[in-house]
Amino acid sequence: MSEEHRETGTGWPRPGEPARPSGPAGEPDPRPDAPDPDELSPLAPVEPVEPAPDEVAEPAEREAVPESEPEPGAAAGAGAPSAARRFSSAGAMIAVLLALLGFTLVVQFKTTSTDPTLAATREEDLVRISSDLDSRERRLRQEIELLEESQRQLRSGEQGRQAALEEATRRADELGILAGTLPAVGPGLEVRFSGPAKAVSSTRILDAVQELRGAGAEAMQIQGADGTAARIIASTYFVDGAEGALVVDGRRLTGPFTIMVIGDPATMRTALNIPGGVVASVRDGGGNVTSEDREVVEVSQLHAPIKLDHARPVS
Amino acid sequence: MIAVLALLAGVVLGVYLDPTVPAALQPYLPIAVVAALDAVFGGVRAKLDRIFDDKQFVVSFISNVLVAALIVYLGDQLGVGGQLSTGVVVVLGVRIFGNVAAIRRHLFRA
Repeated sequence: MSEEHRETGTGWPRPGEPARPSGPAGEPDPRPDAPDPDELSPLAPVEPVEPAPDEVAEPAEREAVPESEPEPGAAAGAGAPSAARRFSSAGAMIAVLLALLGFTLVVQFKTTSTDPTLAATREEDLVRISSDLDSRERRLRQEIELLEESQRQLRSGEQGRQAALEEATRRADELGILAGTLPAVGPGLEVRFSGPAKAVSSTRILDAVQELRGAGAEAMQIQGADGTAARIIASTYFVDGAEGALVVDGRRLTGPFTIMVIGDPATMRTALNIPGGVVASVRDGGGNVTSEDREVVEVSQLHAPIKLDHARPVS
Repeated sequence: MIAVLALLAGVVLGVYLDPTVPAALQPYLPIAVVAALDAVFGGVRAKLDRIFDDKQFVVSFISNVLVAALIVYLGDQLGVGGQLSTGVVVVLGVRIFGNVAAIRRHLFRA
């Protein structure tokens, strides 16, 4: 390749001329053509008009002369002075052109580096990029929908769990009130039993409790004169103790007794006062029963939870 | 020497002025730059060959740029702008390579 090139380079004027016509079309062998890009003849229609013959002749002479000359710089200088006027104008032109080249080079660099994809891209590429972006956007949109869907599902699952938790909590509260493990508050009655032990026996108290339960009592506690209190739940028992005392769930209460009960006051009062009912039988025995409506009745006494040794929930 | 200074001056101007390329010129500028580079390398080679000619360089430079831009313009009008500009770049690139090889041979004797 290099030998080839060198040959053509030395014999430039000859191959240069024949190469000219073939240049614009295909340039079968760029190397012979390349040696003289000044001989821009292939691309430049202007050139052949006048400078071509001149140059072809000129370089040939010059080449022949300087090759024998020892100093290349002197040779270059010797060629130019012959046309001093032309040199200055052409030199200025060259300077301007090269400055322009540097300028555009930098500008182009900046353009491509600041906006490497879009500004310097041609139309069909832009169309392709645009459609790429469109399909990407579609994909991302689908992904968003999917994610939103799963978010909805998770949220509804969470809501379901939340509702189940609330329901369970509510149930636990209700059961806790029923089982006596939670304090309760609400409207109800304060029923006071006073009188001799015979009139206010455990049977009478149990009757009263049953009556109140039948009337819809939801939470009850019984309190003795000395402040000892017991929560009344399903398993509470009442036994007559010594000296007119009442034993409730193992606690000894002395009269008079007060039952705090939460429920509908009117219904419960009616239930207590029915003829032949609790109030009547206590009064028959010489005792007295007073009941007061209360906006807020507090049933604060707690019953220790029963430890289950044998029963297990079914499920 | 003057040429190198002019080139540097152009680069400095481009860096400091920081102009934007008008949209109409954008497809042509890169091709024109490559064509001008081809002309410059050809000029350097001719200088080394001691056959450099000012007038020829100027004419070749301008016509190179114009013809390259014209080809791209024609290609755009014909709907083959992309392919044609690729072709122009390939041809100019081959020429630049050849010129650089010749310059190298001159400078390093290899």
